[in-house]
Amino acid sequence: MMREVAVIGVGLSRFGERWNAGLKELMAEAGVAAIEDANVKSSDVEMLFGGTMASGRFMGQEHIAALMSDELGFRNIPAVRIENACASGGSALRLGYMSVASGIHDIVVVGGVEKMTDVTSAEAGTALGGAGDQEWELFQGITFPGLYAMMAKRHMHEYGTTEEQLASVSVKNHDNAYKNKYAQFHKKITVQEVLDSKMVSDPLKLFDCSPISDGAAALVLAPLEVARKYNDTPIKILASEQASDTLRLAARESLTSIKATSIAAQKAYKHAKVSAKDISIAEVHDCFTIAEIMAMEDLGFYDKGKAAKAVENGETRLNAGISINTSGGLKGCGHPVGATGVKQAVEVVWQLRGEAGERQVKDARIGLTHNVGGSGATAVVHIFGRAN
Amino acid sequence: MEKPSAGLWRKIKPRYNLVGSQCKKCGSTYFPPRIVCKNCGRESRMEDRQFAGDGEVVSFTTIRVPPDTFKDEAPYIVGIIKLSEGPNVEGHIIDNGRKVEVGTKVKAAFRRMYVDGEEGLIYYHYKFEPI
Repeated sequence: MMREVAVIGVGLSRFGERWNAGLKELMAEAGVAAIEDANVKSSDVEMLFGGTMASGRFMGQEHIAALMSDELGFRNIPAVRIENACASGGSALRLGYMSVASGIHDIVVVGGVEKMTDVTSAEAGTALGGAGDQEWELFQGITFPGLYAMMAKRHMHEYGTTEEQLASVSVKNHDNAYKNKYAQFHKKITVQEVLDSKMVSDPLKLFDCSPISDGAAALVLAPLEVARKYNDTPIKILASEQASDTLRLAARESLTSIKATSIAAQKAYKHAKVSAKDISIAEVHDCFTIAEIMAMEDLGFYDKGKAAKAVENGETRLNAGISINTSGGLKGCGHPVGATGVKQAVEVVWQLRGEAGERQVKDARIGLTHNVGGSGATAVVHIFGRAN
Repeated sequence: MEKPSAGLWRKIKPRYNLVGSQCKKCGSTYFPPRIVCKNCGRESRMEDRQFAGDGEVVSFTTIRVPPDTFKDEAPYIVGIIKLSEGPNVEGHIIDNGRKVEVGTKVKAAFRRMYVDGEEGLIYYHYKFEPI
């Protein structure tokens, strides 16, 4: 019999170019905040799941789960690193959830970290390229902006999506990040500034792309039945689902939809006994502006081909129909790849508790996180709700 | 020489000659070649399949911020091509002056892809030329 699982504590490091913080400092910043928030003792923690994509490529450091555990003062507990490209954090959360739901562990810490700014941007691009099919995509010089650019171009071809609509995703996410003290960017931008930014891979410009970032995120899980012992406002995990697909974009059935997302989402709605209409806040994987539009469609918030117009009309801003990427998303808050999936959950927990400050969404009751690896070979969807 | 070249050589048949695979049981075609057929799983009976190289552009973009290996080649056009025999393939699209659009007809060609530094290998590969 599966147990119900709650998030009892969350923490983030500040995201950005953190030249004076290495992996250890970032992990400690987020991890200490999470265990203090959960009001657990270090000795209560039974296992740690740590998400990171490419700490070896970025820092020469592998084996980071044990490192994370030691830095946080968890003595000799089992600790394991989860690598699932940009979905490493979401995948770590799902494994943490499974370990508590199964009854194997009670108090579990899920962390995510990436330290990306110690290498050149070309080296970072090569490291991230490993999230696709190295032999056929990266080998031929097809970068990640290039892959998402091909999805964008096809989306424009099939649905008439415009560059201005793509830009409006970035503008909204910068507006939200402006209200988030942990975010990498605190600068509002305009559609025209996005359109005028440097072309990376047409139609995607620099301001259509999430940045290279340093950062860490952590949360503490417990069985719901004991959660109130630690925290007055535990947030229940209503569903934790995941799906995979081909690493190669070319091998997919569609370029304008991420099938792994729709499969994971449908399973998650079913498990949580909710529908897309019940979701009031969502953190979706906007590694590129087109990715947020496809996510809105694949998660069922909008019909195929209708999401871009909705963003342009402001339907996904704070306190609009559905508030998407209240943290600022990957674009505005930053995208330290291994941390992102955990950070999304941290933001949703703050929103559901009513602790999101200036960017608080009124009456946020059910929230969703959506974390993608590569160009869609992995998708992880979690649904959270207040534990009333 | 800056990097090991085994990754090129072990895939020389597909990279140079567009040889993929076909399952004799269900007829599905694949490029690049696979060991296991997606439809047939453990029942797969795969054999080599030479593709003609005719196809049409499904989507494309110009890479302006390349990885280090391609720094001397940028900007360059890449695309996803639907081959006439079925599979979709990623590759470079040669800039021969013709306009590239979704739906443009292309034909595979054997071309230089990049050079690995001043003393390294010259990497050749299939590319697609608009016709």
